[in-house]
Amino acid sequence: MTAATGTLTRQNGNILARVVAGVGRSCTEIVAGLGRFGLFSLDMLRGLPEVRIWFPRFIVEAWNIGVGSFFLVLLISGFAGAVTALQTGYQFSGSIPYYVVGTLVVSSLILELGPVLTALVLAGRIGARYAAELGTMRVTEQIDALESLGRAPSSHLIVPRVLAALIMIPALTVFANASGIMVGWWAVKQVLPVTNMDFTYGAQYYFRPWDAWYSLIKSFFFGGTIGLISCYMGMNTKQGAEGVGKGTTGAVVTSTVIVLLLDTVLTKLLLNT
Amino acid sequence: MIELRGVKKRFGSQVVLDGVDFDVREGETVALLGPSGTGKSVLLKTVIGLIRPDAGQVIVDGKDVPHLKRAELSELRKTIGYVFQNGALFDSLDVYENVRLGIVDESKFKDEKYARERVAQCIKLVNLQPDAVMSQFPAQLSGGMRKRVGIARAIAGEPKYLLYDEPTSGLDPVNADIIDALVQRLDQELGVTSVMVTHDVRGAFRVANRLALLSEGKVVMQGTPQEFLASEHPKVKAFLERDFDNTQFAA
Repeated sequence: MTAATGTLTRQNGNILARVVAGVGRSCTEIVAGLGRFGLFSLDMLRGLPEVRIWFPRFIVEAWNIGVGSFFLVLLISGFAGAVTALQTGYQFSGSIPYYVVGTLVVSSLILELGPVLTALVLAGRIGARYAAELGTMRVTEQIDALESLGRAPSSHLIVPRVLAALIMIPALTVFANASGIMVGWWAVKQVLPVTNMDFTYGAQYYFRPWDAWYSLIKSFFFGGTIGLISCYMGMNTKQGAEGVGKGTTGAVVTSTVIVLLLDTVLTKLLLNT
Repeated sequence: MIELRGVKKRFGSQVVLDGVDFDVREGETVALLGPSGTGKSVLLKTVIGLIRPDAGQVIVDGKDVPHLKRAELSELRKTIGYVFQNGALFDSLDVYENVRLGIVDESKFKDEKYARERVAQCIKLVNLQPDAVMSQFPAQLSGGMRKRVGIARAIAGEPKYLLYDEPTSGLDPVNADIIDALVQRLDQELGVTSVMVTHDVRGAFRVANRLALLSEGKVVMQGTPQEFLASEHPKVKAFLERDFDNTQFAA
């Protein structure tokens, strides 16, 4: 073996070692991160018995989410319903009975668009807010101050926020579904000669009560995911204003990706497809 | 009594505390001196369990702080008032609610009449007018006022120990003197045991009856102000020379 070949082999070996070390480090960080998230979730559960502390704050947070997001959610689901109806009209051929439009709009909204769009909008709106609020409290030592007073951040800060997201996102999803269906109903009548009777017949003909439960169950999981991830990101903020920015972005991006991942998994599990 | 034995702490590759031994006896006011970034605040946070040391013992009233269970740590913290560097006031709450949160006894915290009286009393103790500040939010207060409200919150729970993290940093000399005088007065009036972390040598000499110098992760000297002035330790001399000479202190 020549000296040049030997050097090249050593260099290749070094690169391989660095790649393996990098992969190893990433895996360790992922496992450590999951572990920390698990401990954080456990810590939140420990705060649940302190109802007297978290309940008043829960009411405030739930009110903020509900009132603050209500019209935004109605608006977005309304547009989604209208677009679904208009696209149905565009693709419609004469051989399909008109009542199928009702089925399409209602099913699309309840099964997918209502819960997912609501979750994505709220991942941006309340996810960013939770992460920024808690992150600022972390970097200005307000969370340390709370702990130094012998008070648990879980019952004062985490439980009310996560429960508010857990309860209010499904509630908003119900309104989003209703808004999307109503606007879709109106929109489809603008492009197709569909009567109210056609639409309601189609909506009811293929409707299964399980679909509504499925919509609620999905949004319940989405709410919990958004609440937990945003609070976790906020509580683990580091390094001042830049850290708050990173934490906030991280909360929105992670919540969005996990919501879409959960959407796929829950669809597979709950609809048995 | 607060005892630290061989306390070590590192963040990544940076060694902050490298085997710190440090004692605070009942009734003392101890100033922990040292240049910025030497781990003084980290050391103070290990005492209250906000930072867990990598090695060593932190013992408060015979309890090993890093090994306490959650509930035990929470109970211990109720005996310690912690004054944060920038006040760390809850910015969504007004001054009254901020100070009220310092009342750590739950039955007293829930008693609205007691809470209002105690908060007013604590605000007066830190030389502020209760009627003028109770309804204000932290953002409406000056830096000096925020620090004083932070002190009021720390004393509201009638603690046995008071830990001050750089109480005069970022303040002009007049406000720094006011805070120093306040710390001294509170120690005398409340009879608490205090630890003050600072790099303000003048303030430390004015307030403390014992000093400790932290340098390169270790306490290089502990002693009375007079012992510090007489010390030939190069790090002690270098630290003191920046602020005043012996003649000034003696005067």
